[in-house]
Amino acid sequence: MQITFYIFGLLVIVGAAGAVSLRKPIHCALSLAVSLAAVAGHFLLLGAEFAGFAQILVYVGAVAILMVFVILLTRENTPGEGLGVGRWMIGAGVAAGVFGVIAACALASKAVWVASAQPEATARGIGEQLMGAYVLPMEALGLLLTVAGIGAVVVAMPDKKVL
Amino acid sequence: MINTGLAAIFLWAGLEQGLGKLLDHGLSLLPPAWRTWATIVVLVGVMLGVFASLFALSTLLERKGLGRMQNRLGPNRVGPYGLLQPVADGIKMLTKEDIVPRGADGVVHFLAPLVLFAPLTLSFAVLPYGRHWVPLNLDAGLLFFFAAGSASELAAFMAGWSSRNKYSMLGGMRAIAQMISFEMPLVVASLSVVMISGTMSLAAIVERQEAWLWIFPKWNVFTPWGLAGFGLFIVAAMAETNRSPFDLPEGESEIIGGFMTEYSGFKYAVFFMGEYFGMFAVSGLAVTLFLGGWNAPLSFLPASFLWFFAKLMALVLVFIWVRGTLPRVRVDQLMNLAWKYLFPMTLLNLFVAALWHYTAVWRAPGGLALRWVLCFAAIAVPCAVLARAMMRSHKWAPRVYRFGD
Repeated sequence: MQITFYIFGLLVIVGAAGAVSLRKPIHCALSLAVSLAAVAGHFLLLGAEFAGFAQILVYVGAVAILMVFVILLTRENTPGEGLGVGRWMIGAGVAAGVFGVIAACALASKAVWVASAQPEATARGIGEQLMGAYVLPMEALGLLLTVAGIGAVVVAMPDKKVL
Repeated sequence: MINTGLAAIFLWAGLEQGLGKLLDHGLSLLPPAWRTWATIVVLVGVMLGVFASLFALSTLLERKGLGRMQNRLGPNRVGPYGLLQPVADGIKMLTKEDIVPRGADGVVHFLAPLVLFAPLTLSFAVLPYGRHWVPLNLDAGLLFFFAAGSASELAAFMAGWSSRNKYSMLGGMRAIAQMISFEMPLVVASLSVVMISGTMSLAAIVERQEAWLWIFPKWNVFTPWGLAGFGLFIVAAMAETNRSPFDLPEGESEIIGGFMTEYSGFKYAVFFMGEYFGMFAVSGLAVTLFLGGWNAPLSFLPASFLWFFAKLMALVLVFIWVRGTLPRVRVDQLMNLAWKYLFPMTLLNLFVAALWHYTAVWRAPGGLALRWVLCFAAIAVPCAVLARAMMRSHKWAPRVYRFGD
């Protein structure tokens, strides 16, 4: 198990590094997809089948595709000029802040570490939780997605006056 | 005649059990530390071998079948009746020059066939072939299948973009748009089966279909929601695997070869094989979800993985038949079909499945027939009405050739 952990970990780090350092935007997006797929591998190592498969389905199958589509449709496919030092600093500051918050949260939740060695994260259990305890957040998300869908349709609809 | 057939089937079932026992015995002779790895090697080897042979067989079947439908002979030069044609094709593909365009993005161009092919072979791992022949029984097997399949969209884009060719790019864009659009009805159509079976494990879904009405099987396809779901699933599957009449990503008369235009030699062969493997995988899933998997079509026949492969090949034959019959659709027709017809109908089918589930308590005589009629009407009438409405919104007129007169 250890060796697979290190392989996936290396893939996550290399993919993420490539996503911010490669010159062509498409390469960055593909590199990010590698990183996200390796995160799914970590989920699987932890025994969270559902989360791992959903991660691949959503992030590699949809989000990565969306990214390359957006890159292709919005700008010329040429390498950018690079950012100034000031922007670099801001970016690094924001990244460090986000990392700090996540790390603080992870360190604060020590109880989870000893809770259960083999969590029972079956699809049925997740479904029952979603439909029971967490039904309100799920409904809210559904509403948000519906609104987004309607918005996309409205934006994409042809303008009647032009025709 | 029938007796010999029956005897052959039972003989085969016995052989299959013997083979399984022999395999178990052989593996138990190994030291325990090697057993897992030996099992994995045997499984992977057998699966790749079986599906590669099926691939060779179906290319021949397809060329022969299309030939018959188009009133010609098909391949008949290599071997008796052209049976060795796949071998000749394989040698040709292997020995051809591998051409990479000068402007191509080398790494991505090289990786694209692998990214397409590897996840497709992964999806074979969760299909239940026989009662004791389930390579990997996952709790979320169906989700694994779709997750593995979703990587092929990225591969089509990688191939199209890295070739630095407008036709490749167009083909790649078409492939992504089509796959994303038809993935929705495909997933939602299989959701109805998950709803009724109450599990996402593919082996368990087949076991739920192991019931009989007198001597006839109770497969999911013999219920109203199953019948509708199966039809919707097969149409979506045809589009998802880029089979004709939905072969727009290749569209050889418009964009040469789509995202495969700039591939030659063995890389092209890998794409070609990937397309067939995708067809096998999705047909295997259809057999698992709707056609009862390894179960025999009559109650007194033994279950065997032979039934699985027989049903799979029957579906492949249907795919070939459709390819020889229907012309290619346009892009707008394709999108209309996915979003305005298939997707709403699959959603409605979920409600019909729920109706079927909750009317199961009707015990009155004729209750089954009433349930059938009610549920069938609930899905068939909207299907017909929507189809008619969509046809009517078109203005049909004699074709005018503007550039010909």
